Amino acid sequence: MLRFLTQLGSYFLLLKKVFSLPEKPSVYYKQTMHEMVFLGLNSVGIITIISFFMGAVITLQTAYNTENPIYPTYLIGLGCRDSILLEFSSTITALILAGKVGSNIASEIGTMRVTEQIDALEIMGVNSASYLILPKIIATLLFNPVLTLISISVGIFGGWIAGTSAGVITSQDYVYGIQYAFIPYYVTYAIIKTLFFAFIITSVSAFQGYNVEGGSLEVGRASTKAVVFSSVLILLFNVILTQLLLS
Amino acid sequence: MIRVSNLNKAFNGKSVLRDISVTFEPGKTNLIIGRSGSGKTVLLKSIVGLHDIDDGEVWYDDVLFNRLDFTGKKEIRKEMGMLFQGSALFDSLTVEQNVRFPLDMFTEKSYEEKRDRVDFCLKRVNILNANNLLPSELSGGMKKRVAIARAIALNPKYLFCDEPNSGLDPLTAILIDDLIKEITEEYSMTTIVNTHDMNSVMKIGEKIIFLSDGVICWEGNNKEILSSDNKTLNDFVFANALARQLRTTLSGNLPGN
Repeated sequence: MLRFLTQLGSYFLLLKKVFSLPEKPSVYYKQTMHEMVFLGLNSVGIITIISFFMGAVITLQTAYNTENPIYPTYLIGLGCRDSILLEFSSTITALILAGKVGSNIASEIGTMRVTEQIDALEIMGVNSASYLILPKIIATLLFNPVLTLISISVGIFGGWIAGTSAGVITSQDYVYGIQYAFIPYYVTYAIIKTLFFAFIITSVSAFQGYNVEGGSLEVGRASTKAVVFSSVLILLFNVILTQLLLS
Repeated sequence: MIRVSNLNKAFNGKSVLRDISVTFEPGKTNLIIGRSGSGKTVLLKSIVGLHDIDDGEVWYDDVLFNRLDFTGKKEIRKEMGMLFQGSALFDSLTVEQNVRFPLDMFTEKSYEEKRDRVDFCLKRVNILNANNLLPSELSGGMKKRVAIARAIALNPKYLFCDEPNSGLDPLTAILIDDLIKEITEEYSMTTIVNTHDMNSVMKIGEKIIFLSDGVICWEGNNKEILSSDNKTLNDFVFANALARQLRTTLSGNLPGN
């Protein structure tokens, strides 16, 4: 318990250091743009692939589980849309990004720590925590909602392709289904969740990397911890946010 | 000038540095020597503030450095340059970007002015036509020289070198030593070098402190070190066979006499 509280305290102290006034905003701006490409744009591929198949599987499973003459087939489209909007595109995408981006951040910062690059920054008078972590947080907060929107679009498209190809639903019914009783707030809900998850992934992973002590073995461990802790926190906050935003 | 008085440092209750008091003068290469694990790096990192000290004082000229807050330390740190054991160049940046980094961060110079300064610093350390290379494409000696170029980019008053010759061949090590000495004299910097390389000690050791088990065991210069009667120091200085043979030869006690 004491260890947990110590870690929690260290995490908030690091955040305090991260959110201090940048030495030179122009340098931070450039760094943020770089991180948006590195952490955001480079994740578009994996998010697209996963979302496509996710949408396809949701549509097929919904179809096989609602094979009943009393259910109209457009419900398949509706089910696919709501599953993707409410849960899959924000939460599953966040879990995937925790694996990809989280481990990347922890290992990058961890390696910088063990090779004394962070000490070099400190010696120069640079706030290393802010310089290394703040641009990553801003970049993911700005870009992850875009990834979620891409995931939603591709997921629904994947469902349409799979549903019509397998012959479980017609194109017209699917399109009708995804438009039926659409609640725009669900998109807002997905984006709010994404913002929380983006912050969790980046800050928790950066914390793990920043506090590495030792060598390559410890960097590997920090990377694993980053993914595990981020994933658990994402699932926990998923419950809390769902209750807060949908009740 | 850097003055350390009564510095103590422990890790998890284990004392690593005990009652260290020493003055490092400007325009001189000050060496901290000692065996591995004697506390050299901890002392250097305590002086630059990378380790918080338990007790004592670290003065940079008239400023009590260890009592300053983060912002105060930041101002002093802008006047520091440091060469780390593993060079600590930023992996993702090219040679030019590495040297330009402190200029980007702390000056309002134009791109051309910064480029000129980078070229000057790289030329000063004899690195030519390597501006666009990444650290992974450099040899160990080149990395050290680029790290020196980065360290002097802002014309620092204080230069710290942690084992600058580790992992280098003897000839490259001599080049690095010469470079450190030249730069120190040229810019009248207060330079502190951590080393256990006796070539460096004899070549650039204008002031030397010898650490053993966390305490200063001996203080002097490269002329006095060979004639010292301090046994712990002599065990360290004459640890290798060549040095022992030389001492025997010089003292006229050739084998067989």
